[in-house]
Amino acid sequence: MAYKMDYRRVGLTDSEYKRINEILGREPNALELELVGVMWSEHCSYKSTRPMLKTHPPKGKYVLQGQGENAGVVDMGEGWGFAFKVESHNHPSAVAPFQGAATGVGGIIRDIIAMGARPSVSMDGLFFGDPKLSKTQNLAKGIVEGVGSYGNAVGVPIVGGKTYYAPCFTDNPLVNAFSAGFVRLDKMASSQTAKAGDLAVLLGSKTGRDGIAGASFASKELAEDARSSKPQIQIGDPFEEKLLIECCLDLLDKGLIASMQDMGAAGILSSSSEIACKSGCGIDIQMKQIPLREKMEPWEIFLSESQERMLLIVEKEKLDPVFAMARHYGLDCAVVGTVTDSLKYKVFDGEELIAELPIGILGDAPEVFWPAKEPAELPKRQVLDGSKLASADPEQDLLTLVGCPNGASKHEIWEQYDSMVQLHTIVGPGQPVAAVEVPDTKRACLLTMEAEPCKCWTDPYTGAAETMALSLRGLWLSGADALGMTNCLNFASPENPEHFFELQQSIKGLADACRALDCPVVSGNVSLYNETANGRIYPTPLVVTAGLLTDRDELLRAGATKDGDAIYMVGKEKGSLGASRYQDLKCGEPLGKTVEPDFEAEKSFRERAVKTARGHLADSGRVLAGGGLAVALASEAIASGTGLKIDLKPQGARELTLFSEGGARAIYAVPQQKTAEFEKTWAGFPCRRIGAAGGDRLTWDGMFDVQLGELRKTFTEGRQ
Amino acid sequence: MKTAVVVFPGSNCDRDVQRAISETLRTSVDMVWHEEKEFPGHPDLVVLPGGFSYGDYLRGGAMAARSPIIKAVRAHAASGGLLLGICNGFQVLTQARLLPGALIPNTSLTFICKPCYIRVEKTDNPFTYGLKEGEVLQFPIAHHEGLFFLPPKELKELEDSGRVVFRYADPATGKAGVEYAPNGALNGIAGIRNERGNILGLMPHPERATVAQLNGGTDGVKFWKSLEKAFVGGAF
Repeated sequence: MAYKMDYRRVGLTDSEYKRINEILGREPNALELELVGVMWSEHCSYKSTRPMLKTHPPKGKYVLQGQGENAGVVDMGEGWGFAFKVESHNHPSAVAPFQGAATGVGGIIRDIIAMGARPSVSMDGLFFGDPKLSKTQNLAKGIVEGVGSYGNAVGVPIVGGKTYYAPCFTDNPLVNAFSAGFVRLDKMASSQTAKAGDLAVLLGSKTGRDGIAGASFASKELAEDARSSKPQIQIGDPFEEKLLIECCLDLLDKGLIASMQDMGAAGILSSSSEIACKSGCGIDIQMKQIPLREKMEPWEIFLSESQERMLLIVEKEKLDPVFAMARHYGLDCAVVGTVTDSLKYKVFDGEELIAELPIGILGDAPEVFWPAKEPAELPKRQVLDGSKLASADPEQDLLTLVGCPNGASKHEIWEQYDSMVQLHTIVGPGQPVAAVEVPDTKRACLLTMEAEPCKCWTDPYTGAAETMALSLRGLWLSGADALGMTNCLNFASPENPEHFFELQQSIKGLADACRALDCPVVSGNVSLYNETANGRIYPTPLVVTAGLLTDRDELLRAGATKDGDAIYMVGKEKGSLGASRYQDLKCGEPLGKTVEPDFEAEKSFRERAVKTARGHLADSGRVLAGGGLAVALASEAIASGTGLKIDLKPQGARELTLFSEGGARAIYAVPQQKTAEFEKTWAGFPCRRIGAAGGDRLTWDGMFDVQLGELRKTFTEGRQ
Repeated sequence: MKTAVVVFPGSNCDRDVQRAISETLRTSVDMVWHEEKEFPGHPDLVVLPGGFSYGDYLRGGAMAARSPIIKAVRAHAASGGLLLGICNGFQVLTQARLLPGALIPNTSLTFICKPCYIRVEKTDNPFTYGLKEGEVLQFPIAHHEGLFFLPPKELKELEDSGRVVFRYADPATGKAGVEYAPNGALNGIAGIRNERGNILGLMPHPERATVAQLNGGTDGVKFWKSLEKAFVGGAF
């Protein structure tokens, strides 16, 4: 048999091939082999990470839909659910930055539609290489334009995100697309509610040869000549997507859809098999009924990742109104199959049965347990030579941190995104926390996106825990309860035991932080094999955490400090310089560990921070993040347009007080008449008054004395 | 004031305009699909909203200017009805030749979304009747093709006939002109009207400056109230 030799080509191992033979009781034919090969790829099956992902806490009092659906859903109250998810589009964006990033945005939006929600907000995590290289500049330009062109046209505001530069991303940039939407609880859709006799309807674009086998492409390292992978790139059409959104929402509103699923990786194959499998059914697909753009081989049809398609499951008697609705929106629509009770995935070419697989096989890739080994050089990464870190000129150090690529304003990026369409953005990009209205209520939904690649590189466990805690602190400080988290795990090949160790430890760090701090994980995505012949990326778990403020008047903002306010710092005076922005700039590479997680301190912080916001005890507040206390003060002064005069004598080495990172720490601007109540609220937690707001300079005795204008110019224009 | 908002496939500010007008003026707003041939029950104001009508793959507003509803839009304007085009709606109005000029790509060649300031140049029309000449308003912009362009002779005619209604300006000094236009618009033009004064096109979004507590400010409220005042007062 010719196919037998072929199983490696579709990415299957010897033992996996053997397992298929056992399940089928025969050898698979060529088409079946292609289908199983893709469904058992890392990208579709999560076979390397599934056992570990099970350790994430799935439950919480706000969780309506946890993992296993197209997106997680949390309860925003007053009948509103909030569906949200983040997904990577790393490899496509490395090869075709504009289309790769654009279709990343489009793909995640369809996950939100599939929950029945109107896509309401997007955010993007972008990780670029050395900004001085023209390669990075070109990639970044294409990726940003791709995100913008799709998001702007489809009419979903991009309210925030994260842009991060490190040389390890030069050949392998990361594009993590987040989208979310509000859904009335009684209109929530599901991919688990198909039943025998229902029809499978394909809505949207015709199927073509774009993005064939993109899932396999994402499941191995990037080839050195990445451009040879061009056919695996999808092409986006935001106009078609906008019509899909409106059409699907209209169909759901009128109760015309029994079940639905977006078409992402492995297109028709994965969407139709998942919906049948999750619903406990089988499905017959009529290949000839699938509208095609061009002549294609059967396996190409099933694996095509043509964009802007949805799979609907429709009861027979509702077919006519569904077709009428599709016509209204000018969308293609075709019946391509029938749900059965056979528990089989069958493909017909006319009368001829050309593939028959047990429905379970497609979603049932054998788990892979890669060996893990602590990286031999990890101890070396964790050694930090304090003598190299002395701050001889704190003012210059501050300006460098404010103006360096990771510190400077990203307005040139986010001004290219429509951040206001849909008329519900309360706090948009350029702020530590984004906020949008929960429709027709006084409530606000808050979002933070965080990633700390340097800290995860030197210690994946504490780095990941700190990343998670940081995303929560932002919400708490704003006054919100954290409802749930979604994450994107960007890592190198799991086949290398040292890389797998980093992955394991990072997942553990996230899971421990989430469990200790009551934040369930409702959805997620894993992107492995982020490496090229030139090297690998730092371990980069990215998290997006959603919070709820029942009264948006209680939102405590950053950048709202007023003249005369007292400036407070809460939390320990010092964190760690390990893998901090300051340390990285001084040494040229991340070294040293960040702080060990202290969940009890986090909880104490949470209680007081939420009280502070809800009691209107402060005008402004800001969590300490990159660049530590000094940069937080500078950011606050710039954003508020007011000077700050700081009077704090550092205990020990001044760079630790000025620039260290990590741990539950924040600054607040408190009106004079509220200082007593503020201090009372923070009793039992480190809290000290460190200065006052006023004037037009940022001044810290013995440290720096900078004109606000210069600070703003450095932040806005950057400084190499 | 009876209002209708046209919804083209690809419009994405239609619901925003609906909300802004209905919340500010406490009136219901009809949404009219592009395939309709007429408006339900003679609206007083028709709005062409922002977005990417028909994907705008050809040229901003080019396809929409030829869609079925446009006949009714022309008839509405010809009978003296108020017609407002915002952003993509302004592009549609120029493509339909209901207003002169063209909106071409911003000088930066990028999409720009940010707050911007515009100065009220004229109050001799229903749209700005209740505003003050020289008053500077903050409306956000969000467009890729917003550079207002006309050949020199026609531009002079437009200026001479006093049909420039809004110009990009510096809020501190009140000065206006091309140097304050984020998109490079000629003479800093942000909005113009037709001769009769019943058609207005502008690039900035008043609806995004309408709901208090959102991040676009509330200067848009003045705009809607002014429109209502002119209409209810029967000034035009």
